[in-house]
Amino acid sequence: MIDLSINCAGIKSPNPFWLASAPPSNSAYQNCKAFEQGWGGTVWKTIGEPVMNVFNRYGGLDYNGQKIFGLNNIELISDRPIEINLKEIAETKKLWSDRAVIVSLMVESKRETWHEIVKRTIDTGCDGIELNYGCPHGMSERGMGAVVGQVPEYCQMITEWVTEISTIPVLVKLTPNVSNIQLPARAAKSAGAHGISLINTINSIIGINLDTFELKPNVGGLGGHGGYAGPAVKPIALHLLSQVAIDPEVNLPISGIGGISNWRDALEFILLGASSVQVCTAVMHHGFRIVEDMIEGMSNWMESKGFSSLDQVRGKSLSRINDFGNFDLLNKTIARIDQSKCIHCNLCYIACEDAAHQCIDLTPVNGHNKTEVREKDCVGCALCSLVCPVDNCISMVRIDDGSASKTWNQLTEEFRKSGKPMTWENLAEFQHKHGIEIH
Amino acid sequence: MKNIAPKLPVEQYEKNFAELHPPFTRNSAVIEANRCLYCYDSPCMKACPTHIDISTFIKKISTGNLLGSAKTIFQSNWVALTCAKACPVKVLCEGACVYNAKDEKPIEIGRLQRFVIDNYFAKGMPTLFQKAEKNGKTIGIVGSGPAGLACGAELALLGYDVTIYESSDIPGGLNTWGIAPYKMRREDSLKEVELVKSFGVEIKTGIMIGKTIQVDELLKKHDALFLGVGLGESPQLSLPGEELSGVIGALEFIEKVKTENWKNVQVGKKVAVIGAGNTSIDAATESKRLGAEQVFIVYRRSNVEMSAYDFEYDLAKKDGIVFHFLTSPKKIIGDSFVEGVECLKMKLGEPDIKGKRKPVPIAGSEFILPVDMVIKAIGQETKSSFLNSISGLTIDDEGCVVVDQVSYQTTNPKIFAGGDCINGGKEVVNAAYDGKRAAHGIDAYIMKK
Ligand SMILES: Cc1cc2nc3c(=O)[nH]c(=O)nc-3n(C[C@H](O)[C@H](O)[C@H](O)COP(=O)(O)OP(=O)(O)OC[C@H]3O[C@@H](n4cnc5c(N)ncnc54)[C@H](O)[C@@H]3O)c2cc1C
Ligand SMILES: Cc1cc2nc3c(=O)[nH]c(=O)nc-3n(C[C@H](O)[C@H](O)[C@H](O)COP(=O)(O)O)c2cc1C
Ligand code: SF4
Ligand code: SF4
Ligand code: SF4
Repeated sequence: MIDLSINCAGIKSPNPFWLASAPPSNSAYQNCKAFEQGWGGTVWKTIGEPVMNVFNRYGGLDYNGQKIFGLNNIELISDRPIEINLKEIAETKKLWSDRAVIVSLMVESKRETWHEIVKRTIDTGCDGIELNYGCPHGMSERGMGAVVGQVPEYCQMITEWVTEISTIPVLVKLTPNVSNIQLPARAAKSAGAHGISLINTINSIIGINLDTFELKPNVGGLGGHGGYAGPAVKPIALHLLSQVAIDPEVNLPISGIGGISNWRDALEFILLGASSVQVCTAVMHHGFRIVEDMIEGMSNWMESKGFSSLDQVRGKSLSRINDFGNFDLLNKTIARIDQSKCIHCNLCYIACEDAAHQCIDLTPVNGHNKTEVREKDCVGCALCSLVCPVDNCISMVRIDDGSASKTWNQLTEEFRKSGKPMTWENLAEFQHKHGIEIH
Repeated sequence: MKNIAPKLPVEQYEKNFAELHPPFTRNSAVIEANRCLYCYDSPCMKACPTHIDISTFIKKISTGNLLGSAKTIFQSNWVALTCAKACPVKVLCEGACVYNAKDEKPIEIGRLQRFVIDNYFAKGMPTLFQKAEKNGKTIGIVGSGPAGLACGAELALLGYDVTIYESSDIPGGLNTWGIAPYKMRREDSLKEVELVKSFGVEIKTGIMIGKTIQVDELLKKHDALFLGVGLGESPQLSLPGEELSGVIGALEFIEKVKTENWKNVQVGKKVAVIGAGNTSIDAATESKRLGAEQVFIVYRRSNVEMSAYDFEYDLAKKDGIVFHFLTSPKKIIGDSFVEGVECLKMKLGEPDIKGKRKPVPIAGSEFILPVDMVIKAIGQETKSSFLNSISGLTIDDEGCVVVDQVSYQTTNPKIFAGGDCINGGKEVVNAAYDGKRAAHGIDAYIMKK
């Protein structure tokens, strides 16, 4: 049997799938139902200050007929009284001792207030605390959420107020709405946090109604920025995750969040260093039942790859992250079209002709156009293979034998040593020597 | 036969019997899977007689969890390949898909299911299910059609020793011997047989229970029995001339077609199929595909009353089959070979108490339909003599074995039954459901003892 169990910053769960702190983890009813269906853990919907939501609070981004490619919200933290939440947290943990119950917190920036809520939270018997420094709307105007996450000093100060009294692991949940995610992550680290969760939602306006000129979501004629989540944010989340994961100054376990809808997405986060993964929008779209395929699909994948534990998978792709200056300039690939698969839509042609390097020829044959790559002119940008609607019809083939290899860093160093300035002429000479013609 | 249709080139037969619904490519399957809304408590699942969790298996196609998808399907249905290819999906799952209500094309559930199961068999049937420990009990199953196979698979996984007795030399029941070759080939049915065998079920072929071995003997040998014997041959028309050369039962004819040895199956130049059920349509389209020049379907009532599905009717029309509705055969004429069918035109009379309008003859409307072959397709006989010989069974007026609705137990507590022999002839999917449910009925009975 495949073992999917994980340990994230000392918080253990039978599988890496946790509910993110959000509407699906709002109550004991929901969290217990999720556990019944197999979820390994939950981060309880953020509790803290008294708040009141507006009614209409979500906006969906549909793409080419697919609903909720992205989801925007102007929801606040839990709008249920804190006493009810704490009581339900305790009951849930008692019923589900093998699952991870983490409680997300957000209160005003006062040391005593934080101390009090941390103590009450620990008393529920939960497994960990997550500090919500991410909420980009509503709470930030009140000096909480993203405004904390955006200022490393605040982040450090508040985290210290928590870690100085907490007896259970503390995760700091970061906002992506910063220019350098490593700074708040380092602040959390130096304040003694045990792990990082990321990402929270991204500042966004989801759209405008062209008939009424109202924003979406529309609250009685008004709207504003909200937090963006769902499949569309995954690439951004993966990048920010990798930035924190490779930072030697952080070096903390990470719970990955942002656009995870299935086991494949989850594995990508784990390959970039996440110990657990959290899911919100996909559950909001389809319910807790998606976890069955997540567990089964991940187990089947592990078995097919010969892995027996997620420890063998975690971070496996991190070593591949590198700087542009270290990429091989002479690793030559070109596009090749499999004529037997081509359906003659000519999309590759027009993409290459109008937006790349004009190296696909169209020749009329039997009433259709034959598309052929002029290999000597192809720069291997791969655009044609990305637009081609037929699987494996255009493949990118490597044509060099690997004997020549030169990175930009090596090249500039060589030029410097031999006293050559980096000019267009000198660069062209290098290109010419290696059979590369840019026109 | 007086005029035999000339043989066709081998490639032509293959073309004529080519699949009506070709498989999805991986890409097209994923696109179709992503179109599925992943409905909760979905109408498609409810409409499937085996209640396959359709939205879940389709979701798993979109994530690439194809083995998990196969598992979801098999959890409800052990003959899922046959069902994917032969189920009347338009009146079952696909007919219930929510897209119909939006006036959009329903999800192609049958083809997606086929994609998953094809992949499963192509991967060499990797283990998906854990067998319970052997419980030392043994169950005998009569008949290896979908009902028997489903019952056997389920019982084997529950820990029973299962032996299936099959009179034919090749197992699979009508999945192997009945379903039109342009829907599925024999090899597909045999793959499912292999799957069931892989759970440890033993299939003894060439053994006719009631002849080779008696039921009493089986009752002594096994802790319980399951009857999945299906139905019998095509009934007599009881018309003069029925003994002429060129008259054949639909089941017998279709069985010959299913050998896939097409050039050895004789078909007349002109063929009359008597009756208008789904089997009649199969017999007609198969005749046409074997090279018959003209094929007629002769039916006493109108197209409103016929039991063939609309899509089968459409297929027959596309194949150029000519329908003679409100036409009753009176006698088959010819010396020693069939030369024609004398028919009488009918009209629909006043509705009876059940609201059914009985056809009444139009006097003097006789005409002769010149044909070389007559295929009798007015239903299937029940296995009444065999069933009546088993002590303790109750057989209803229609010739069906009476069973408990939940446990599938007959009035002989040690005997259970399912499939065509209890419902008088439905679909493969009903037989598959019966067999599976009966396995649990048997398990409950044995565990209580
Ligand atoms: C021509 C034709 C086409 C059809 N096409 C379709 C279709 O496209 N789609 C669909 O869903 N359904 C179709 N059906 C219906 C479907 O085939 C049946 O509903 C289904 O096969 C019934 O399953 P079963 O297991 O009850 O019986 P069967 O499939 O009939 O199997 C019974 C088995 O029991 C064996 N047997 C019988 N008596 C004995 C005995 N005494 N000892 C040992 N073995 C015995 C028989 O040899 C046979 O193998 C078709 C039926 C026919 C006749
Ligand atoms: C409606 C909604 C409410 C949310 N509320 C909270 C919250 O109270 N606390 C919090 O830390 N994150 C909150 N989030 C952010 C999610 O936990 C998560 O970080 C984000 O949605 C990205 O994950 P996803 O793409 O799986 O949705 C909320 C997100 C949504 C969509
Ligand atoms: S999802 Fe439920 S709570 Fe929300 S608007 Fe619809 S019915 Fe109301
Ligand atoms: S995009 Fe692909 S399918 Fe279309 S013409 Fe080019 S190679 Fe052919
Ligand atoms: S009803 Fe249609 S859309 Fe809904 S789950 Fe079933 S196949 Fe998918």
